[in-house]
Amino acid sequence: MPAVKANSNTQTSDDPAPSTPLIEFSKEQDLSAYQTMLTIRRFEEKAGQMYGMGLIGGFCHLYIGQEAVVVGMQMALKEGDQVITGYRDHGHMIACGLDPKGVMAELTGRAHGLSKGKGGSMHMFSKEKGFYGGHGIVGAQVPLGTGLAFANRYRGNDNVTLAYFGDGAANQGQVYESFNMAELWKLPVIYVIENNRYAMGTSSTRSSAETNLSRRGLSFKIPGEQVDGMDVRAVKAAGDKAVAWCRAGKGPYILEMLTYRYRGHSMSDPAKYRTREEVDKVRSAHDPIDMVRQRILEKKFAKEEDLKKIDASVRDLVNEAAEFATHDPEPDVLELFTDIYR
Amino acid sequence: MPTNILMPALSPTMEKGNLAKWLKKEGDAIKSGDIIAEIETDKATMEVEASDEGTLGKILIAEGTQDVAVNTPIAVILNDGEDASSIKAGEPAASQKAAESAPPAAAKAEAPAPKEEKSAPAPQAPATPVAADPDIPEGTEMVTMTMREALRDAMAEEMRRDGDVFVMGEEVAEYQGAYKVTQGLLQEFGDKRVIDTPITEHGFAGLGTGAALAGLKPIVEFMTFNFAMQAIDQIINSAAKTLYMSGGQMGCSIVFRGPNGAASRVAAQHSQDYASWYSNIPGLRVISPSTAADAKGLLKAAIRDPNPVIFLENEMLYGHSGQVPKLDDFVLPIGKAKIARAGKDVTIISWSNGMNYALKAADELAKDGIEAEVIDLRTLKPMDTDTIIASVKKTGRAVTVEEGWAQSGVGAEIAMRIMEHAFDYLDAPVARITGKEVPMPYAANLEKLALPSVAEVVEAAKAVCYR
Repeated sequence: MPAVKANSNTQTSDDPAPSTPLIEFSKEQDLSAYQTMLTIRRFEEKAGQMYGMGLIGGFCHLYIGQEAVVVGMQMALKEGDQVITGYRDHGHMIACGLDPKGVMAELTGRAHGLSKGKGGSMHMFSKEKGFYGGHGIVGAQVPLGTGLAFANRYRGNDNVTLAYFGDGAANQGQVYESFNMAELWKLPVIYVIENNRYAMGTSSTRSSAETNLSRRGLSFKIPGEQVDGMDVRAVKAAGDKAVAWCRAGKGPYILEMLTYRYRGHSMSDPAKYRTREEVDKVRSAHDPIDMVRQRILEKKFAKEEDLKKIDASVRDLVNEAAEFATHDPEPDVLELFTDIYR
Repeated sequence: MPTNILMPALSPTMEKGNLAKWLKKEGDAIKSGDIIAEIETDKATMEVEASDEGTLGKILIAEGTQDVAVNTPIAVILNDGEDASSIKAGEPAASQKAAESAPPAAAKAEAPAPKEEKSAPAPQAPATPVAADPDIPEGTEMVTMTMREALRDAMAEEMRRDGDVFVMGEEVAEYQGAYKVTQGLLQEFGDKRVIDTPITEHGFAGLGTGAALAGLKPIVEFMTFNFAMQAIDQIINSAAKTLYMSGGQMGCSIVFRGPNGAASRVAAQHSQDYASWYSNIPGLRVISPSTAADAKGLLKAAIRDPNPVIFLENEMLYGHSGQVPKLDDFVLPIGKAKIARAGKDVTIISWSNGMNYALKAADELAKDGIEAEVIDLRTLKPMDTDTIIASVKKTGRAVTVEEGWAQSGVGAEIAMRIMEHAFDYLDAPVARITGKEVPMPYAANLEKLALPSVAEVVEAAKAVCYR
């Protein structure tokens, strides 16, 4: 099976929509996507290093390889839309526009982390940016995200909620309880399934009776489609379509993003369940950032030296974040007993 | 011999009902399966089917009669060859049986009392001198209502007050509530704010929590808290912990409510008390009232509270009537216990249905000259330690009463707090009366044994008094 190959098939029971055609990006779009994806990549590489140095503790799940998914989806959103995801959440926060300093300082458990050092890698939130976490229990964010969409519908606004989850969470019962209510009540929620092919160490073929996860909404009449999650343009195009569907009041939509994580499930996972060759094949042929970079050069949107400038500025941004997160003090001991009730 | 038709029990907890309508008249022939009457309970109107054949000889309870106790003979069916003259013999014995199954003393004590007698104890309840409630202004007019109605009124008032408040759960809307607690809300507020959910507790508890994270104020009804075990991950991991995990950025104002604990003859999977489970969790408030007034004042407070609140009701108490202050906005403080009965010899601490055992035990103890002080905790988390300690410092003795199990129970927590704060004042070790550590049995006799009893509370109180 090719590393990532979208079937481009949209699944719906009674209204088969055509698969979403790829859209070409403008210069600004390609450059912006490149910069954000690169920021996530460099941030995660740095977080991996800092974990190795003992500066980050606990569980730490890196997003490397999946960057095109959040960046493309974020490009389809407007102010007021909401995002919620599971524990592999650093990339989502950076894509939402959160300062890498606050994210990194949370990873190191410091006072100026996004959650004052009380949440850690898996639990970060930003009301201001419409980012609702950062949830550590597999699948729990799916009913929560459906509830965010419920609130939008209750208030009669046209905001849309993105509820991200993985191929592992896709087998959770609460996901289907959510699908049922979302379609029943026509809630504006897009279920973005980030299928990176492994639920921790179990490949989807070993854990899922139906591996085409875009079909998982069929019996609830929720349309779904598979998307090449390594191509940010394909993600953006599918995102636009799903967002339009939701804003028009047609109910939920499922996007299965075919993607791949280069690193282990978490920092402590040696990833022995797949071959080195499998990883290398994706990295060399389908890397989401390389593909944009190549395109930018081919289309002459920028020269090699312009991209190097971007690379350098991204490195600086991430280094500053790491520096900040290393020297920021630990939270005041009095914080132990704050924020339990309000 | 003529056959009596008895007032049927239409639900496990029904004690009485109204005879709304006779569909057959005296002299009518009756076949098994015929619908002969309609009965109203506080939950629903039900049809009564005949299970015997014959002639409707005599109607004993007239159409329109209110509060007919379960098992009261309501009519007599004559078999072939019998006539109305053979009825008389059956009557006295039957009515005696009905008297036995009349509502228990507690229900009587809560019967409507004339308003002007509010400050003085009502004559039918002399044995339970209730301390004046400091939360109710002197001279407030009181109205009699069931706890069920008080809960409904609390929700309706808060929904009128705040458009962000809505109620969701199984059968809360069109069915009017599985236990009729949400009766009439759909009619007043519409289906946007009174929402029937599929039977998917995990999903709708999470959905409600998500809506609360977005700033709405959901009331999530569990048909019973037994089913909330399906949803407990969302309640604890999402609702209770998010405020802390977000460094105070994002919390949720949400009420999870429904009946908790044993009902009657519904066995192990439908009879568990979750008070100690939820009161173990930082980030949750846990409320469990025993009276209609407390139910109203505390549910309104719970809905306004910016934190997730577990509101543990009790099916056995839904139909109990009590005096509720007639105030525009009666809100009680969360975290304040109430002295339900003042005394000096021993402190009995309970809440919810446990108060039934506690107050009746206090009546019994008074006959033996022991004046028990009974504390109704009302809120389990945060627990009103001050009120408990002040009482124990006075009495030197304490007994806790709960329907839940002993190990890691609320009684264990109360005993520990007393030891921490009033050890030197204790004249005896703290005693606890709890449900027995068994899954709730179905058989009536075993169920009774599994639950606390008045006798056990009396015995424990005497033991700590060395009597």
